[in-house]
Amino acid sequence: MTAPAVLEEAAAETAGSLTVLKARHPGRWIAGAAVAVLLAMAVNALVTNPAWDWPVVGAYLFHPSVVHAVLFTVELTALGIVLGFLLGTALALMRLSRVPLLASAAWGYVWLFRSVPLILQLLFWYNLAALYKQISFGVPFGPAFFSVDSMDLIGPVTAAALGLALHQAAYAAEIVRGGLLSVDPGQLEAAAALGIPRARQIFRIQLPQAMRSIVPAAGNEIIGLVKGTSVVYIMALPELFYQVQVIYNRNGRVIAMLLVAAIWYLVLTTVLSAAQHYVERRFGRGLAQALPPTPLQRVRRILSVRRAARRQRPAWGGGERR
Amino acid sequence: MSTPMVDVRGVHKSYGPLEVLRGVDLQVQPGEVTVIIGPSGSGKSTLLRSINHLEKIDRGYVAIDGEFVGYRRSGDRLYELREREILRRRTQIGFVFQNFNLFPHLTVRENVTEAPISAQGRPRGQAEALATELLAQVGLSDKAEAYPRQLSGGQRQRVAIARALALRPKVVLFDEPTSALDPELVGEVLEVMKALARNGTTMIVVTHEIGFAREVADTVVFMDAGQIVEHGPPRQVLDRPRHDRTRAFLSKVL
Repeated sequence: MTAPAVLEEAAAETAGSLTVLKARHPGRWIAGAAVAVLLAMAVNALVTNPAWDWPVVGAYLFHPSVVHAVLFTVELTALGIVLGFLLGTALALMRLSRVPLLASAAWGYVWLFRSVPLILQLLFWYNLAALYKQISFGVPFGPAFFSVDSMDLIGPVTAAALGLALHQAAYAAEIVRGGLLSVDPGQLEAAAALGIPRARQIFRIQLPQAMRSIVPAAGNEIIGLVKGTSVVYIMALPELFYQVQVIYNRNGRVIAMLLVAAIWYLVLTTVLSAAQHYVERRFGRGLAQALPPTPLQRVRRILSVRRAARRQRPAWGGGERR
Repeated sequence: MSTPMVDVRGVHKSYGPLEVLRGVDLQVQPGEVTVIIGPSGSGKSTLLRSINHLEKIDRGYVAIDGEFVGYRRSGDRLYELREREILRRRTQIGFVFQNFNLFPHLTVRENVTEAPISAQGRPRGQAEALATELLAQVGLSDKAEAYPRQLSGGQRQRVAIARALALRPKVVLFDEPTSALDPELVGEVLEVMKALARNGTTMIVVTHEIGFAREVADTVVFMDAGQIVEHGPPRQVLDRPRHDRTRAFLSKVL
């Protein structure tokens, strides 16, 4: 039989009488089973080994001093990120400005604060009072209107927040600058051709489009900072990591207390990741044909498909029997 | 003759050693349609971008309705204006880009109302009413709430035209408005432009659409190597060109 004849014969059969069978993937099933076994072993090792001290973990997870420490960690993170990104945005705009001195100053800032380790910067701020006894406000190089003791102005909490924010600003500046540069130059040109004022060009046209690439990187930074706040333990501030150390030095349950801290860091990070997803959707408006579904929408869609399938199954079964 | 709406005199422009415009003179009367044709690299787009000061010129001047673009004259000196003032004067000039340059994160309606509100300080209600009217004019009333990505190329360019018109400009400049479009979408954009021309909009159009030039233009300008080689009514320039360079160019595109 010639090939065209074969084709014709196939075409002659009614399309409905052909059954589509899905390909089998035994390899996928084996790989899945292997991973399931490994997971079960890991869970077993976590649960059955008494050295993990789960009862103690449970007792301290919501201990007031731990909860306070969590809140303080959240506070430090929020201050660091908000101030860091405000300053970072200003630095990014300076870096892209047409004034050479502004651009170099911003470059210099980023160079300095990215180069010195955070822990060193924090100690400098903490010891600022030793460097400058008083901080004066007045005419530059001229008379001061009033002065305050550095000790009063910059306590340990301020020093920590300041240190985190200034360090964060250097990274934020680069993220924001990258975002601004990723926007098609034609956008600013169109805005200029329409006579839109310069500040509005940046905040209404350029930045919202830049957010699409800024948000994922910023999400990384926020999550990094949640855990990064643990370095302020060197200033004996009661954030989460310092607090669990205090407790295990007292009760000797090192592993259990480290687990408490780990669980809280996991919780904070999970909440932030979910928030990031929604913020990304917000700034994806108009930029994708259809926005990706939120996790909730995805769950609902799966459920509704299952329900529809269940309702239709009897009809299919009847069709096959016929 | 009345004062020209657009008056370009002795304009020179170089990018480093490359002279892009070498002494261009061009006058466009109110309500007139001028079409600029010429080979790529001849300076057509640069000339158009100089008219609304997207490009700074090295010598000569451009005036819109008797007002210098980008400069203030005092005696025989031209002082460059500050950016704020340049932006204000630009609102008298509409510009339509080859690649549309719509704002992708704003809806069609927001694209059209943005400049009237932020550049001209019109009340929102008034800007919205104007947008509704202009979108109807370009045949996109039903797309006001869509985002640019959801539109075809031809629809996007029509939105861009509505956006340029929203400033109620004295002149509209078109920089190869159909060059980025699929062939079957070119017609809808040209139709909108023809309607504008019939309504007496002053227009300068850089294009390769010789048919459009023949049908709509009052004046056709042929540019080559940074200079205007010849200009005149379409019948003359397109059908009986005086210069060899014009003839050579037309023989390639027709």
